[in-house]
Amino acid sequence: MEQELDARRILCPLPVIRTQDAVARLSPGDVLRVIATDPGVVYDIPAWCKVHGHKVLAIEEGREEICLTIEVGG
Amino acid sequence: MTQPRKAIALISGGLDSMLAARVVQEQGVQVEGINFFTGFCVEGHTHAIRAKDRARPKRNNALWVAEQLGIKLHIVDVIEEYKQVLLNPKHGYGANLNPCLDCKVFMVAKAKQWIEEQGFDFIITGEVIGQRPMSQRKSTMPVVARESGAEDLLLRPLCAKNLPETKPEREGWVERARLYDFSGRSRKPQMALAARFGFEEYAQPAGGCCFLTDANYAVKLNDLWQHRGSRDYELDDIMLLKVGRHLRPKPHFKLIIGREEGENRFLEGYRRQFTHLKTLSHTGPMVLIEGQVGAADLELAARITARFSQGRDAEAVKVEIDDNQGAPRTLEVRPLHNDDIPKAWYL
Repeated sequence: MEQELDARRILCPLPVIRTQDAVARLSPGDVLRVIATDPGVVYDIPAWCKVHGHKVLAIEEGREEICLTIEVGG
Repeated sequence: MTQPRKAIALISGGLDSMLAARVVQEQGVQVEGINFFTGFCVEGHTHAIRAKDRARPKRNNALWVAEQLGIKLHIVDVIEEYKQVLLNPKHGYGANLNPCLDCKVFMVAKAKQWIEEQGFDFIITGEVIGQRPMSQRKSTMPVVARESGAEDLLLRPLCAKNLPETKPEREGWVERARLYDFSGRSRKPQMALAARFGFEEYAQPAGGCCFLTDANYAVKLNDLWQHRGSRDYELDDIMLLKVGRHLRPKPHFKLIIGREEGENRFLEGYRRQFTHLKTLSHTGPMVLIEGQVGAADLELAARITARFSQGRDAEAVKVEIDDNQGAPRTLEVRPLHNDDIPKAWYL
């Protein structure tokens, strides 16, 4: 399953908290795409994924928005 | 083989909570971290909105600590519940609007609820007797344990030897002899312990982690309450207090003026909620108006906007005003001179 999370216009750690809540509703192997505007997400979401055993598949940084693709771990 | 005992550590991102968690980890306890987001937390990202601060690390220190310790970190949104802590602190405020003792009681109580739900055994904090003038005193340690409901499930590894034995010590889940007896404001024992654990990098000591301890922030929050006529807030209110220059030219309205590109971009995100201004003829800030304004107020706001633009010395600056009620309109104004902006307008 693939899901998208709109985490724009909120500052860290809120995008991390929203990601955490979204991942809690998903199953291992599911993919979550997080769209955010706070540049801090490129550090914090991968750090959160690392300590919880999820995998960051891609980080795409545009001028206005950042998109992170996460695969939920087991 | 018996299952290891499990503890949740309150992780602020500072050194003390990092050390406390490691001391217990070292004794074979399975530790996870918990961090509470009140809305007032000072994060690298808040500062990172401002381009001039970009050289600073933008990381979240609590997450960084979790990475160093190799533990899971649960970040909990307590924005709504925290309002009661800030608005009605049983133990009062510190030097500014910081309800530190009530805050600690609240967070330990939340951690207690969490361990009950998750099947954990006890709670760890990085508190040290005498470290903080309001919340970390010999007399407040039992207050936190009692009022949070954590009682003897609350272990403070850095000063445990100065306190009565807790259940984790009595039951042998941790060895009291391998805990510490730190006290007072000195940071030397913590720094020595950090060196022993090989922690070379850590965030500056606690105290600077909450905007409520900041005098300027407290002024802005008090101003917001005073002019709204009620002591309440939403998340957007308290986020906006962290960003931009705040000027109140008249009691019934306030301007929030972006100081550079990052802040302008952040304020842009609020343009649908506020009447907003920006300069057209010159590079300038994004400005939000909070309050109900008339035509004369808008002209004054436009002149102030022009003052903070590159056209500050020009004869005339074109300013676009958008009240979200239709097409934006343009005013051509003479920038307000610096001397005509009383210091009292600045919050």
